[in-house]
Amino acid sequence: MHPALSIVFFTTASGAGFALLALLGLGAPLGLLPEGGWFAFVALAAAIALAATGLGSSVFHLGRPERSWRAFSQWRSSWLSREGVFAVLTFLPTAVFGIGWVFFGATRGFVGLCGVIAAALAAITVYCTGMIYASLKPIHQWHNNWVVPSYLALGLMGGLLALDFLVRLWARYAGGLALLSLVVVVVAWWIKERYWLFIDTTSARSTVASATALGSRGRVRRFETPHTEENYLLKEMGFQIARKHARRLRRIARLAGFALPALGSLAALVLSGAPGTVAAGLALACAALGLVIERWLFFAEAKHTVTLYYGADAV
Amino acid sequence: MTSLPRELPGQKKLGLVIDLDICVGCHACATACKEWNTGGHSAPLPDFDPYGESAWGVWFNRIHSFEEGDGDGARTVHFPKSCLHCEEPACVTVCPTGASYKRAEDGIVLVNESICIGCKLCSWACPYGAREFDADEGVMKKCTLCIDRIYNDHLPERDREPACVMVCPVNARHFGDLGDPDSAISQLVHDRRGRDLMPELGYKPVNKYLPPRQDRMPRETARLPSSARPPPPPAAPADKLLRWVDRLLSR
Repeated sequence: MHPALSIVFFTTASGAGFALLALLGLGAPLGLLPEGGWFAFVALAAAIALAATGLGSSVFHLGRPERSWRAFSQWRSSWLSREGVFAVLTFLPTAVFGIGWVFFGATRGFVGLCGVIAAALAAITVYCTGMIYASLKPIHQWHNNWVVPSYLALGLMGGLLALDFLVRLWARYAGGLALLSLVVVVVAWWIKERYWLFIDTTSARSTVASATALGSRGRVRRFETPHTEENYLLKEMGFQIARKHARRLRRIARLAGFALPALGSLAALVLSGAPGTVAAGLALACAALGLVIERWLFFAEAKHTVTLYYGADAV
Repeated sequence: MTSLPRELPGQKKLGLVIDLDICVGCHACATACKEWNTGGHSAPLPDFDPYGESAWGVWFNRIHSFEEGDGDGARTVHFPKSCLHCEEPACVTVCPTGASYKRAEDGIVLVNESICIGCKLCSWACPYGAREFDADEGVMKKCTLCIDRIYNDHLPERDREPACVMVCPVNARHFGDLGDPDSAISQLVHDRRGRDLMPELGYKPVNKYLPPRQDRMPRETARLPSSARPPPPPAAPADKLLRWVDRLLSR
């Protein structure tokens, strides 16, 4: 599948943004976060900016962005519509929670409840993002049980690393947060490795024979394509990445997305003060790079059944 | 509404049956489709860089060609492919705006271009590659089963068929109601054991493909006389033995 940069950026940024929002919505009522309006303002602004610019960037992907409001209508059947609905719904309790927390320093009662509701809605939004891909049967690399856990775990990982860094900027050593980040990075890494193992060792049930209903005489293979130049189908669904490049990019994603953030979180766990902040900041920066590469690969390595009609033997 | 309409008893399911046994791969159906539809319901079907080095454009019907089998048993099969108007079209249910819909009255899958946002998700959800994006208008387009021909009172009745079916010079394409088991087209599917494409995905395509017939002539008579064939290369003793076994078993 063609890795459109707007979607790669959207899914990574909004995943981390909604996770950060959820962590703030849960952390503030529980009294686990630094006091004071400035932390609340900066942290919430970061979360909302990540989530909202992600959503905004997905609108650029549309052929008719001015009609995007129509996407809220089909939540009964469409995961994309559900994602849009929950993304917008998340911002309602977030507004109450944000105003109460930033301007009035309130984290309990109704404001705290709004934080918890925002956290739940943010989690549902990221779940919907994952389901958009997991529900597409023609793409074996997406239609499997590792996709939604990946989206949730990688989003949570980004949100946790961002929160750990922000908390340290307010000169608070948060051992629990660093430990939690470390655990989530390791879990997310494990899920991603299982995902990669799954797509490397399995392929779709559909073959060129089932796609053409041929094969009674033996092996089916492409003889001629319908057109000599590219078309929309090949541009959008026929994207191919050389195995060599995929392997190299996976190594980079592994290193930047998981190994270095894990090391950074480990360092942040034992360090306090400025060194701890630097470690947490580096962990976040590496993870951001690694997650964008991971998401690019998620598209680039996905094979659509339509390529069976254009010469692919298996998808 | 992108939820699917409830299926009624005796549901009409308009669709195509494509006979892979006699399709000669002339691309006339693709050309006629483009010609009609670039002025029809989904008009225009744009072409980009049409006289340049990498011309491309929107077509609703594409003619692929495949080979099956090896050696003497191999054959070429021409394979036209357009929207299959599935009974379980995920292209419809994934649509976030309601632009994609399946008609309750005849099962035709259409796009309402005036509310399509061009998110392209429907084209990802279609396993068959039936939908193509119009980059000029920013909306998705697809085969309409020539809805503006088959119900068109201005056309003589014999012309109320999809353009691809009308133009086929060898009658490899048939149009009709596949929901009616007694229709001529359903009988054809029954008699020739028409098949679904990628049935494992569960989209339940309405269009059916009639597989190429098995040989009607014994294989030997179809072969060239031995004088016209190049002489076989000198065989190693082991090959000779195998060939003798092969002859023995082929008797």
